[in-house]
This record gives sequence, C-alpha cells and structure tokens, in this order.
Amino acid sequence: MSKTRYERPVIKKLETGMPNKFGTKTEYEPLTHIDGVAVNDLIGKYGSPLFVISEKTIRSTIKKAKKAFETRYPKVQFAWSYKTNYLNAVCSIFHQEGSWAEVVSGFEYDKAINLGVDGRKIIFNGPDKSEQDLTKAITNDSLIHIDHLDELYSITELAEKLNKRPRVAIRVNMDTGVYPMWDRFGFNYENGQAWDAINKIMHSEKMELVGLHCHIGTFMLSPFAYGIAAAKLADLALALEQKFKHEIKYIDLGGGFASKNTLKGSFLPGNDTNPTFDDFAEVISTALINSNFKKDKLPLLILETGRALVDEAGFLLGSVISNKRSSTGRRNTILDVGVNILFTSFWYDHKITPAQSFTHYSEDTCLYGPLCMNIDVIRESTTLPLLNKGEHVVIHNVGAYNMTQWMQFITLRPNVVLIDMDEKPHLIRSKESLENMNSMEKVPNHLERFDK
Amino acid sequence: MKLRKNVAVSEAGLLFNPVNGESYSLNPIGVEILNLIREDKSPEQIIKVILEKYSTDKATFEKDYFDFIGILEHHNLLESHEETNA
Amino acid sequence: MKKRTLNIAVTGLNAIDSPGPGVSVIRALHEAASFNVNIIGLSYESLEPGIYMHDLVARTYSIPYPAAGIDTLLARLEYIHEKEKIDVIIPNFDAELYPFIKLEPKLKAMGIHMFLPTLHQFEERHKVNLNDFGRKYGISVPHSKVLYDLNTVHSLPSEFSFPMIVKGKFYDASIAYSIEQVKSYFNKISAKWGLPIIIQEFVHGTEFNVTGLGDGKGNTIAAVPMRKQYITDKGKAWGGISIADEKMLDMTRKFLKNTKWRGGFELELMKNKDGELYLLEINPRLPAWIYLAVGVGQNIPEALVNLALGEKVKPFSTYSVGKMFVRYSWDMIVDREEFEQISIYGEL
Repeated sequence: MSKTRYERPVIKKLETGMPNKFGTKTEYEPLTHIDGVAVNDLIGKYGSPLFVISEKTIRSTIKKAKKAFETRYPKVQFAWSYKTNYLNAVCSIFHQEGSWAEVVSGFEYDKAINLGVDGRKIIFNGPDKSEQDLTKAITNDSLIHIDHLDELYSITELAEKLNKRPRVAIRVNMDTGVYPMWDRFGFNYENGQAWDAINKIMHSEKMELVGLHCHIGTFMLSPFAYGIAAAKLADLALALEQKFKHEIKYIDLGGGFASKNTLKGSFLPGNDTNPTFDDFAEVISTALINSNFKKDKLPLLILETGRALVDEAGFLLGSVISNKRSSTGRRNTILDVGVNILFTSFWYDHKITPAQSFTHYSEDTCLYGPLCMNIDVIRESTTLPLLNKGEHVVIHNVGAYNMTQWMQFITLRPNVVLIDMDEKPHLIRSKESLENMNSMEKVPNHLERFDK
Repeated sequence: MKLRKNVAVSEAGLLFNPVNGESYSLNPIGVEILNLIREDKSPEQIIKVILEKYSTDKATFEKDYFDFIGILEHHNLLESHEETNA
Repeated sequence: MKKRTLNIAVTGLNAIDSPGPGVSVIRALHEAASFNVNIIGLSYESLEPGIYMHDLVARTYSIPYPAAGIDTLLARLEYIHEKEKIDVIIPNFDAELYPFIKLEPKLKAMGIHMFLPTLHQFEERHKVNLNDFGRKYGISVPHSKVLYDLNTVHSLPSEFSFPMIVKGKFYDASIAYSIEQVKSYFNKISAKWGLPIIIQEFVHGTEFNVTGLGDGKGNTIAAVPMRKQYITDKGKAWGGISIADEKMLDMTRKFLKNTKWRGGFELELMKNKDGELYLLEINPRLPAWIYLAVGVGQNIPEALVNLALGEKVKPFSTYSVGKMFVRYSWDMIVDREEFEQISIYGEL
C-alpha cells in the first residue's frame, strides 16, 4: 500500500478574518509546468535556483504591445531597453520581433553591435558616453540622444574631426505632474534649456537633429502623464519647424510602463490595477494625433519600454532549505533564492506559488533567502501551504532587471534557461563557477604563502 | 504529556479551549496527533504510527512533531509538567 | 399577480459602531413592493453581525479581500452563484468597488446584475480630483491642492487662508492653523497613507448629506437630504432628520445630470453662513443611513435592483420631511458552532 502524502501538523488560532480555505486562492494555484516543461525536471537538470524565460510569453507580449500602438498610430517603432535584460538570447528575440536596440553605456552598445544589430538601429542614451563610445556611434550612424551640454560640445568636435554629420536627438525632461519629477537627465522643458539646446544644435549645423526624446519616470501607474509628455514634445517639434523649417523624424517617449507586479504597500494587486498597453497607447496616440502635426507629417513614435515587455516572461525557481520558527512563534521558511539574484524583491511583493500540489491548509510565512545577511528577505509575509524541505516554489514576474542587476555576492549566480516556442529548454547563461571568479583575480607573490 | 481537560476537538479539525475561549483549527494530521496524545501514546509510539502511514522520514517528522508540541505548549493547550506530576 | 423572488447578494454586513450599509440595504429589500427577496450575505470577516441575522440573511458566504485579486474574487463568486443563482449583487464598500466594476461584464454574462458607477465616474470623483471635478461639472467645491513635496508647503499661504484642512489620499484629515502644523500633518499623514497630500480650503458651516440614485443617463431617480443630529466620536451619524432644501436637491440633480452618474451615492455637503453649498466628498455607494430614505418614502435599494435588472423605474418625486432615524445597537446571542462554521467553511 502506498503511503499518504506527508504534510506537517499545524494548529492555527481562529481569527475573525478570512477563513483560509479560499483565502488567497490564486497564490495557492500550484505552477507545476512552465510552457509545458515540468518545474521538477528543470530543477533536476539545471539545478536550483534557476531562472527560466518563456520565449512564448516574450513574443506574445511584444505582439500585444505593438498591436495596441499600431492600431492607433500610423508609425511605431519599439527599441529594446538593454538594461532591463541584456542576455543575448533575450535581446535576439526582441530583434527578431523587429525591435531596435536602446543602450545606455559603451558596454551595452558593444553588446548590440556584437549581436549584429545595424548601427543605424541603435539608440544611444544616458549621461555617460566616452569619446571612444561617441566615435563608434558616429561612425556607425547610430542615433545619439544628447543628455547634457558637455556631450553636445564633444559631439560637435568629433563631427568635425570625423567629418561626419551625426544623427542626434535631445533628451528633454519636464513636469508632467508625476512625482518625483525626473529632472536629472536631459534638458528641462519648462525653463527653456531644451529650446536652448535645440537652437545650439541647429545653429552649429554640425549635426542632424532627427528626434526628441523624454523618459518621464518608472513603473508609471497612470497613463495620463504620457499624454502631457507627448503634447509638450509635439509643441517643441512644431516650434522647431516654424523657426528653422526643419522637421524631426521621430518622437521617443522612452519607457516606464508598469508591469503586472504589485508594488509593496499597494492595496490592490498590480495584475488588477496596472494600466495595460492599450491604456498607454490610447493616451499617447490621442495626444500626438490631436497635436498640430499635419496628417501626413506625423513623426515616427519610438517606445523604449522594457519592464512591461519582459517581466512576465521571467520565472525564478527555488527550493525550500528549511522551515523554522521565530522567537514569537511565526513560521519562517528559508529558500535558496536570495536578494542577490532577486533584486526586485525590495520593491515588489512578488507572487510566489508552490510547484507541487498541496492541501488547502496554510500558514503565514516569512520567506528568507539563503544569505547570511539580515536584509535577505524575499517576502515579509505571505500565506503559503505547508512546504516541506526540498520542495520547490516558483517566483513570478522576475524577467525585468533581475538578470542585469543581480550580483555575485556570497554565492554564485545560477543558470538561466530559455524555453523555446516548441517547449524545449535551452541553457542561455551558465551558472558561475569558482574558476570563473578566480580567473579575474591576481594575488601578488608576497601574499601567496601562509602557514597552513 | 497530556492535553488539557475539556479541550474538545471536532472531526473538522476545530479545537475549542473553554478555559480561555480561544478557538483553533488543525489540519488532519494535526487532529490525528492530538487524538494519539489523548490516548496517552508516547512520542515514540506517535512517531511510529505516523511513519507507517505517511511518506516521510524520521528526521523530518521528529522535527515537525516537536515543533507542533512546542506550538501546543505556546497556546497553553497541554497540561504543564507540574500539573501532570501532581 | 404573484411577486417574483430575487436572489440578491449584499456585502457590508458589518453593522458595528462604524457601520457598513449592508444590513440597512437588506431591510429595505425585504420591504420592496415589486419583488420578494432571498438575501445572500457576502462577508469578509466572521464577526460581521449581519451573518448571524437569520431573519434578514438566508445564507452567508465569505469572500476574499480585494487585495487577493480579481480572479480570486471571481472564482469565489462563481462558486456561490452555482449554489445560489444570484440575480443581483449590491456591493457596499468603497474598497471593493474597483474589483466589482472591473468584473461587471463577466458577472453580467453569468446572469448576475449590478448597478455601479463606471470606472471613469469612480476615479473622477476621487478626493485627489475633486477640484477638476467641480470645475468640469460646475459644482462648488472647496478649493484644494494636491501636494507631493513638503517643500511646496511654503507657497500655500498665497492660495489658502488659515485654517486649512490637510487630508490623506484615502483617510485622515486634520485642521491646520499654521505652516508648522501643515508640515507636521503632512509628515504624519503621508507616513500613514503615502503621497499625495491634499490641502483643502476650510469651509465654516453645517454639514449635510444627500443619498440618492442616478440612472446612468443623467436622471435623478431618488434623492433624500439629511442633517446629522448626533455624531459619534467616529464621525458617524447616530441620529438624523430628513429635510427639505431645494438648493441641495438642485445640486444633486446637477451632479447627476452632468456626470450621468450610474448607481447609488452619498454626497457630503457643507453649507456656510451665507447659505452657499459646497460639495466636500462623493461616496460612490449607498450610505449606512439608507433606511431613512426608505422610511420617508423612497426605497432606493429596491429601485437600484430594478435598474440593475434593466427595468424602467419611475423617479421618486416626494418624501416626508422631518422624519428621523435613531440608530441603536443590539446584542445577539450566537452559538459558537455558527462562528466556527463561517470561520472554517466560509459558509453559514
């Protein structure tokens, strides 16, 4: 006779609140397979913890986003924000889907070029572009988005030296009613800096001003600020046309669209309340179409959204190391997933589900990571079924920023697997080894020996 | 180790402590263990019964068992040693 | 003709010292002339008194908090619907309106009717947007300003005179008599409810409330103004009286005509010493004192149910003036088994 599945005994005080049988049922639904591949098999083959990326989800998300904008506005171009996730396989999916590259450092720029991206389809943003970086970008005819006057002057000099006419845009910051106002990047709209920069570029005649760019904030929970931003950029473009008879080719509204994650402290889950691509597309398209651009002169609309395109495609699989009890009797569960690889747990209450079936009995649990550091908390409080040591969990919506902002701290970074359209897993980044780490280090001769 | 007198456990896993008016809920294995305690089974006997029935190992269950007993004590559901010895 | 019997699910069964409207709504439904009811209670906590009022509520089911997500709520409602064949749901909490509004089309497809404001109406009437709301619809509201940054506090005296009200995004309000006090309340309230903080002009006067019902096309189906006579330390009316004030009714009709408000509502109004009316807040649901409206001749919950079912409803034209409600509390005797039943199984 086979034995009954074991579950540890629990006793809970009856509260007057929600009975646990259907408390937060969605969090309870086990996720045993990702795109048809069993979580257990993935961990068996690639170890735990493990990042898993769904190619299907990436492609369907970018298609959804494109459709939302293209049905409302005639000319739309997405540019993949490398900093959000610059694993080569991930970038390549976006490039196959027609996205350009949006980079913010020489490192990211080289990554895009190495992947084979046409230099003319790379948008180079950010405050830190070295002379070397700019030379490369000018030579490749990339789109350089100028952040400050020092950069403007550097480009003017390089243009002369290289005898090229760089294609540039300026980054504009502005008051869109959003708090905090991002005024550290680019030139301010309200105080006239932006207009001043435009005049400098037009008078120098060394560059071709092809676009106007802004990026108003991050994890935006209301689409309306984008309408204000689009209208202000349109005004600038029209003023430019009037004064210089020069038409810009594009308006780049940056990124910042919220994903389906739930910010800490939110009352309602992000999946229910955060705006959809349709919401953003409606506001932005309406603002541009209602501006004073002539019908056949509408500029190309560029979007650099990152987080909202890739967050849902990323899963982090982990395992239970131990169940403990705190001094106050609270259940603590230690996972092998720490904040070193799940940076976003500082901002979000990530949805976490077990990877195997279970009963409806549950406990309020604090989920800790494996690091010997007090800050290593994945969820301060969540209701989870009774997980046994060695059982697996799936952390949802981790595709954005975790695989770029992760750090090698205390432990090594894990494997990353991509599940393709045919539900076949591929290793796309190997876990780190001691040899990898040591290969970058050198010990001076006089430190090589010590008493054993 | 004894369950406090008057502590009633229903089949649905509901436990009412008439001394302080608190109610608790238990999962089925919790009810099973409470009933074994009520039958004056020793920890060794209880561990044996559970290991025969459920797919788990001794180390895991022993740890969970003593943790469970600790919580029963925490909620004041067991008679203290002095009372038992008296 | 035999009256039909409707299965109506109602939330807000917390008839406690800061009461939810559920029990009053249920009493009104039992007195409906156009139908009989079988009431299904929907509860969040197992000590909501309505759960145990078996002469008013046939059966109660626990439902998940809005924080659990819309899908969880829908799954639970599907389960309840399978057992009870719900015709209409009347949600009575501000916090649950967002998920219910979002679920309206899905529930409708299942045969469950509601009569709620649109998401646009629900968002537009939010405190943060009250200034724009007043301007757009030509309704006097106290001047207010939304602040995100403590440093902007110093510019306030050019726009407002003291005292001014410092309000939180969801709850809390304090009256400040100096910039120092504004700063201190800004910090206190933002620590609790986050940003923004709303600064509102202080209007001296007497507070009034109007409850009513809009048909979503701009028509006033019902409107009853009330003056609170006794207020608890939680600011809730413990006694009130129906009044006849054309100005208030005019403002209510204007509000409904201009916004095309759909569903029940409560307006919080302030009348200053010159007799000018200001709209302080719009609650997008029926108030706990709704039974007074029934008592003066306007059974608003009944009309709301009929509108939800797509029937033509004749607007109420009169109500008795000078009728009072006096609230009282009542200790029920409940068996432990009932509490355990709802706690463990979520059904009673």
